Amino acid sequence: MNPQVLGIFWPFGVFMIMLSVIGIYCMLLTYNLVRVLIGLELLIKAATLLVLTVGYCNGHIAQAQALVVTFIVIEVVVMTVAVGVVLGIRSHNGSLDVRKIRNLKG
Amino acid sequence: MVITVDIIILIFMILGALWAVMTRSLLRSAIALAFTSAVLSVLMFKLNAPLAAVFELSVCTGLISVLFISTISLTHPLTWEEIFQHMRERHKRFKYLPFIIVAVGIGLSMVSVKLNLPLPAPETNNDMRIVLWNLRRLDVIGQVVILLCGVFGVVILFKDEDKK
Repeated sequence: MNPQVLGIFWPFGVFMIMLSVIGIYCMLLTYNLVRVLIGLELLIKAATLLVLTVGYCNGHIAQAQALVVTFIVIEVVVMTVAVGVVLGIRSHNGSLDVRKIRNLKG
Repeated sequence: MVITVDIIILIFMILGALWAVMTRSLLRSAIALAFTSAVLSVLMFKLNAPLAAVFELSVCTGLISVLFISTISLTHPLTWEEIFQHMRERHKRFKYLPFIIVAVGIGLSMVSVKLNLPLPAPETNNDMRIVLWNLRRLDVIGQVVILLCGVFGVVILFKDEDKK
């Protein structure tokens, strides 16, 4: 890879990895289901940033944009259904705490 | 100079993400997520992707924030006792996160990467609309199918149980 292109890509790559670490840490260590969704959202943002940066560096920004638009549509649908599931869990269990969801235990 | 501005915007994005994860109020967390999305859309503008940036700004910053805030308002608030107990627990679990992020950032910025990947041929078609509607037509069909799946999923999830 061209060193100039790598010089553009690598700072974005470092921050993309940092954003992924924040999202994974949030998903692993939180007990609140809404915060799990926020962690998932951060991970999706990191993936979006990666796709756009690679498209920019390769000179294929139009294809990257088309892919990002598809990502955003899928992201919204996933979040809407996940929020519905979270609200259903809350109405069944009375809590958003994952430690109190024991219906499928065993 | 340009890359310096980009790095400042990226630092703001990471700070917004940290705020979203570490703040104790769920409402503030949703607002911080919207801030992160807004900063990401600025980055998209800078990366010559204005249409993706507009989508990100309107959908991720607007719609998903509304979704999260509606969900938070539909769930009952915690009592003060629960909030204080929760704060102590959260502080124990999340106090290492900023140090981990700083360590990852410093570690990765010290790594010298040498990728010898060949670059593909430059793009012939620079218009995103032509790419989306002509080259990636199957993606559009997939988007429609996924949207319909989401709509039916939400309808089933919120179906009135009294009709049974």
